[in-house]
Amino acid sequence: MTTTADRPDTAEVGQSRLRKEDRRLLTGRTRWTDNLELPGMVHLALVRSPVANATITGIDTTEAAAAPGVVGVWTGEDLPEQGAMPIAWTVSDNLKVPSLMPLAVGTVKHVGDVVAVVAATSKDAADDAAGMVDVSYDELLVVMDPIAALEADSPLVHPELGTNVCATWGMDSVALGTGGDVEEAIRAAEADPDQVVIRRTLRQNRITPAFVEPRSIVVDPTAEQVTMWSATQVPHILRILLAMTQPVDEHELRVIAPDVGGGFGGKLQATREEALVLLIALRLQLPVKYTETRMESMQSAHHARDQVQRLTLAARKDGTITAFDVDLVADMGAYLGILTAGIPLLGGFMFNGIYKIPAYRFFCTDVFTNKVMTDAYRGAGKPEATFGIERMMDELAVELGLDPIEVRRRNWINPDEFPYATVAGLTYDSGNYDQATDRALELFDYDGLRAEQARRRESNDPVQLGIGVCTFVELSGLAPSRVLGSLNYGSGGWEHASIRMLPTGKVEVAAGTTPHGQGHATAFAQLVSDELGIPFEDITLISGDTATVPRGMDTYGSRSLVVGGMAIVGAARRVVEKARPLAAHLLEADPNDLEYDRGTFTVRGTDTSKTIPEIALAMWLAHDLPDGMEACLDSESTFDPENFSYPTGTHLAAVEVDTETGKVTLRDYVCVQDVGVLVNPMIVDGQVHGGLTQGIGQAMYEEIRYSEDGQLTSGSLADYLVPHAPDVPRYRTDTTVTHATTNTLGVKAVGETGTTAAPPAIVNGVLDALRPLGVTDITMPTTPLKVWSAIQAARSEKGGAS
Amino acid sequence: MVSIRLTVDNVERTAEVEPRTLLVHALREQLGKVGTVVGCDTSNCGACTVLLDGESVKSCSVLAVQADGSTVDTVQGLAQPDGTLHPIQQAFHEHHGLQCGYCTPGMLMRAVCLLSENPTPTEEEVRHGMEGNMCRCTGYQGIVDAVMAASQAMSDSYGANQSSIAEPAGVAS
Ligand code: FES
Ligand code: FES
Repeated sequence: MTTTADRPDTAEVGQSRLRKEDRRLLTGRTRWTDNLELPGMVHLALVRSPVANATITGIDTTEAAAAPGVVGVWTGEDLPEQGAMPIAWTVSDNLKVPSLMPLAVGTVKHVGDVVAVVAATSKDAADDAAGMVDVSYDELLVVMDPIAALEADSPLVHPELGTNVCATWGMDSVALGTGGDVEEAIRAAEADPDQVVIRRTLRQNRITPAFVEPRSIVVDPTAEQVTMWSATQVPHILRILLAMTQPVDEHELRVIAPDVGGGFGGKLQATREEALVLLIALRLQLPVKYTETRMESMQSAHHARDQVQRLTLAARKDGTITAFDVDLVADMGAYLGILTAGIPLLGGFMFNGIYKIPAYRFFCTDVFTNKVMTDAYRGAGKPEATFGIERMMDELAVELGLDPIEVRRRNWINPDEFPYATVAGLTYDSGNYDQATDRALELFDYDGLRAEQARRRESNDPVQLGIGVCTFVELSGLAPSRVLGSLNYGSGGWEHASIRMLPTGKVEVAAGTTPHGQGHATAFAQLVSDELGIPFEDITLISGDTATVPRGMDTYGSRSLVVGGMAIVGAARRVVEKARPLAAHLLEADPNDLEYDRGTFTVRGTDTSKTIPEIALAMWLAHDLPDGMEACLDSESTFDPENFSYPTGTHLAAVEVDTETGKVTLRDYVCVQDVGVLVNPMIVDGQVHGGLTQGIGQAMYEEIRYSEDGQLTSGSLADYLVPHAPDVPRYRTDTTVTHATTNTLGVKAVGETGTTAAPPAIVNGVLDALRPLGVTDITMPTTPLKVWSAIQAARSEKGGAS
Repeated sequence: MVSIRLTVDNVERTAEVEPRTLLVHALREQLGKVGTVVGCDTSNCGACTVLLDGESVKSCSVLAVQADGSTVDTVQGLAQPDGTLHPIQQAFHEHHGLQCGYCTPGMLMRAVCLLSENPTPTEEEVRHGMEGNMCRCTGYQGIVDAVMAASQAMSDSYGANQSSIAEPAGVAS
């Protein structure tokens, strides 16, 4: 099934090209936002709330204002020009939007809310003065748990909204016309001795993207356009949102994302910090910088996941699913970020996974609590959904005494059923779940490990072996604009690119997606090289700057290749079409007699030809153009996908659980994925490894914790445990390939697959190890204490029952 | 303010620092060595790792005044003046040991020190040796492969007991 066969050996697409971007990064020749120093620049320090819910009764800034080096101190009341922070997704008519001002006015709603800002001539001076700002709070009751927040007597996060319910949103197969009535199907199953109904409540832990580069912002108001540098994934979106909400117009603002040290959705935001740096720079008419500390990042940058999932699955005793009902409670935190309210509903399209489900319903209740807002993090809604369905598939297998692979096989979409219209209203274009699964089972030695597991169970080995399975698909490549429109999303999903043909034969690709580690400069050069026959080395990428790349929708939702890449290919093909008449003119041939192959026009049946660089030079000289031809070969293209991208795969985890200590060790991890045609297999591997590690982090190590009174107790990297090198194994990966049918290259997305598939694979594995001991559930992360306690509880229950 | 002298990437430098100034801030803000970066406030990420008198340290947990009179090597001094990459840099490039590159300066400097202490580490030893450095992008596999490959390349060209491993590649010993 590989597709390289139909491409020449010399093609760039398909090669593991080493990355163009490495050299600068390896030698420290980098441009992180915090590196920027501008003449006369002042530094900000923010005063943040130490309490989770309070009325601000007074702020005394006198001492801070008089401190050495201080240029100014402002509270929310001192900045009447500040505008409320934007949201970009009005998920439903009943959506309640609390006001989030860059600087709090009157109240604070979570630890880390910003109550004052100090500007000083040095960072140290600003920090020192910030410590002198004296804020008095009248503390109020807090609510930290999303289920408790729904109770009638719960404290309200925003009393003026009259409820903690932010929004509700639902979909079902009857309304969609894709299937039967879920309640009816479940009732029928309950009455049917040949069916089972399984009800489970699962929990998604609260986690955080934990990019290694803290967010940093510099604003320089001393030129015609105000320039903002920000460690952001979304310079274009940020510019629009700031212009819509703060006292600057879009045409007066330029946003640059220079080198950005990771994002993973965490830098897909319009932040109060960005607004504040802008506001103070406009006030002072001086360049201003703010770089957060890690603690501030944990207290203020958005978190993710944090859901309660109440799931009901009905199936016949042969394993075929008859209905699936999903009832979610999703924790928004105290405010809404740009996509906060919509993230859970992305999962609504994915809870059916790779399976044929005849009746389906999804209902989500978004809830406010006194925590940091949640929003996008690698996968955004899909990891939650995949966790839900894949945990339930294992529950079903256990209930029916079937092998977990077998129960999946009996339900998944067969290769000959594509394109497949799902019960959630999407159309999966291609896939072959058997192929990926069979390859994964073989790589993993599934049968061998099952035999070892049986032996260890038999011998009561204190270290038990568990095998975790996850077969998944995910919705990626955001997004068809019309679909976004139907969901009340505040923007389109297209992407733009332009190609600039330089007279010396070199090429600049200006792309609207902006990289922060994905290898765009390399992969995009491979695409363009194949289209235009220009050597890989002669192509450079320009991105991340609203002035040099005026149109773009930026980077998130695994869209850079499947949407952005298609815009680049489209622009390159326009270059070829523009070149053709000039080539014909120069070759004194009819345009229709020209054959084009990777950069060369040849007159059919002859060896007379012109290359793209020759034509680029002729165009630039413009000495001999056909009458009426514009002297420009540059081209642009906007690509709007007709469908999402659906990468899939099978993940298998071998976990060892020490039943005496509760320690979980990930012994082996195999994943075989179908991400369509590979542009750069090395970069694909890197994306998979990184995504897996984050998924394993969610499953085994990471958790944002708050105390009952709203204190963040995992506010540093000492308490929030991101996996380090010894915590993860060597991954064994492979790919199978089915062509995407929704783009010309047959490529699919890859960036979010690991975070989507790994958590259920790990948790299913841990439970598989522990079920013989009577353990039936374990929440993420599977820490030793939690696992040990679950074993003790199961043992005492067993003891009590006997 | 205290005046300190130190040799940074083979150049003698002086700086006026406050007693509380951390080495990483002196490097970044006073000496222009912005290749070395900060990722945390609790010495957990390792992004700020440099060599202090040949040993890797997290430069956020050393006071600038403590480095007075010392030699500091940062990522910016790792390649040769003619641009030839150090074997560890070359290996990171060839084995996709970096994505966003933010952890990379620290990873490289830690790896240089690790390989000077243990020129032929096992994979397990590499993983444990790099434990203090966090990467959120790569899942460590490319990094581990790169360190193993650099170990191979360096022992091939210099012999396993090269004493000053911080020396740039290709400098005749
Ligand atoms: S900055 Fe994180 S360890 Fe030094
Ligand atoms: S490459 Fe991004 S943190 Fe390591």
